[in-house]
Amino acid sequence: MLSPTTTPQNSGEKPMREKPRDLPFPLNIYQSAIGKKWVMAVSGLMLVGFVFAHMIGNLKIYLGQVEHNGVLDYDTDHYAETLRNLLVPIFPEGVVLWGMRLGLLAALLLHIHSAYTLSMLSRKSDNAYAGKRDFLAANWASRSMRLTGPIVALYIVIHLADLTLGFGIATGEFEHGQVYENVVHSLGRPIVAIGYIIANIAVAVHIYHGMWSAFQSLGINNPAYNTLRRTAAQVISGLILIGNVSFPIAVLTDIVSI
Amino acid sequence: MSTELNLTLQVWRQPGPDAPGSFVTYEAKGIPDDSSFLEMLDIVNENLIERDVEPIEFPHDCREGICGTCGVMINGRAHGQEKATATCQLHMRKFNDGDTIVIEPWRAAAFPVIKDLIVDRSPMDKIIASGGYIYAPTGTAGEANETLVPKEAAESAMDAAACIGCGACIAACPNSAGQLFTSAKLWHLNSLPQGQPERFQRVESMVHTMEQFFGACTNHGECAEACPKEISLDFIAYMNADYMKSKIKNRAKSAQI
Ligand code: HEM
Ligand code: FES
Repeated sequence: MLSPTTTPQNSGEKPMREKPRDLPFPLNIYQSAIGKKWVMAVSGLMLVGFVFAHMIGNLKIYLGQVEHNGVLDYDTDHYAETLRNLLVPIFPEGVVLWGMRLGLLAALLLHIHSAYTLSMLSRKSDNAYAGKRDFLAANWASRSMRLTGPIVALYIVIHLADLTLGFGIATGEFEHGQVYENVVHSLGRPIVAIGYIIANIAVAVHIYHGMWSAFQSLGINNPAYNTLRRTAAQVISGLILIGNVSFPIAVLTDIVSI
Repeated sequence: MSTELNLTLQVWRQPGPDAPGSFVTYEAKGIPDDSSFLEMLDIVNENLIERDVEPIEFPHDCREGICGTCGVMINGRAHGQEKATATCQLHMRKFNDGDTIVIEPWRAAAFPVIKDLIVDRSPMDKIIASGGYIYAPTGTAGEANETLVPKEAAESAMDAAACIGCGACIAACPNSAGQLFTSAKLWHLNSLPQGQPERFQRVESMVHTMEQFFGACTNHGECAEACPKEISLDFIAYMNADYMKSKIKNRAKSAQI
């Protein structure tokens, strides 16, 4: 860092990798692992925010049919309609929704890219033990991030085909805008319902470690609430788990039906 | 009178950096339970020498828990099962008669084995060399109390400076990340008034050197559990915060604090 004459002699150990040439600001932030981890944390928290709001929104399934302006309508359908009409007439219909979708997509892509490159960096830096390791702090959630992450990614693709776009795995009865009925038809298939349960457990486990990890990655540290970081991760991932897993169970058990 | 232990050791033997290594089993008989782990290895080695077998090379120096030279994986844990204890301070009374003990060197791609249980930890020196000191020439040492240091800052700096640089954090990390070591070395200077002028140059420089050798932290927390000096994970958060502060405002180049 300073005048070369003060730098002690190299001890013979060559760096594993050279520091890349600096890209212009702010791209240079993403060149370092800590910068990537920061991007991972910010994008991850955006996705958690989405998953949480999505879960709360889906609870409307339990309201069934509700009267809107004198018309009896599934509350979920009305909610989906409202999302498309957010901030109308300031923006044309669907624009705000698409803005949010693009933001989420960008977050997802950055999240996956940083996760992938950092995992590769660690894999190259690691040298496995020949004997059995005895872990003290690393838990099943933190050690399965590179498994739960891709499960979530796969689930996102299947889930969009199933209930947003209506192709592939979607049921024959799929109809745009008929949100409530689409959900009941799709999750009425036991195999699909079980798939949703497994995937949403993976989401919750991923978020359980991710939330706690994000505080560290962002350098958010304050003695007043440090001990609450674990609790916050437990509460958020717990609520997401209970909410999301309840939907397939409710449809399977006819608590939610047409 | 101390009691004696009979143990079975599975020790990693490797003649040199490029030679293949493997576990070799040794019987360690009649080990006094008040000997330290390293003394136990001394006894085993004396035995090996008598039998004309090449003794086990293991890292050690001060044997009083302050130099950071010792350090091996003992039954899959860095420095063994005792919390806040370096290998040289681990006593055989913590083991039971008849135990099998697996002993392996630190593992990280940047820590090549030199021989048996000894690895090359010079990447850690590289991190220090890239910023773990105060350069600004200030003449001879001033009066001790000339620079006032708030008590909290002094304590935080002392907590960080407790790091003995043994490398257990890196050895214990499933990612072989150097975060705990680097952040401790960084924070003991960055929390003091004397460290301020070079604060952001220091964090960028040390982090970039660290990343040339070690993996990416995923906040497992294994490092802090393994640390014989109980260095806190908080320092990693401080380092991340300082690094991003520096990057976002380009402080290393503009030298603003
Ligand atoms: C789509 C595929 C995904 C992949 C491949 C993936 C992968 C990863 C990986 C490898 C990590 C680092 C884990 C660690 O620190 O040990 C991570 C962290 C995280 N993930 Fe994901 N993830 C995905 C989706 C998601 C989703 C949908 C969410 C939100 C609901 C999410 C939220 C988080 C959060 C908050 C973190 C913590 C960031 C940090 O450690 O600073 N991830 N992810
Ligand atoms: S030999 Fe010095 S710390 Fe253990």
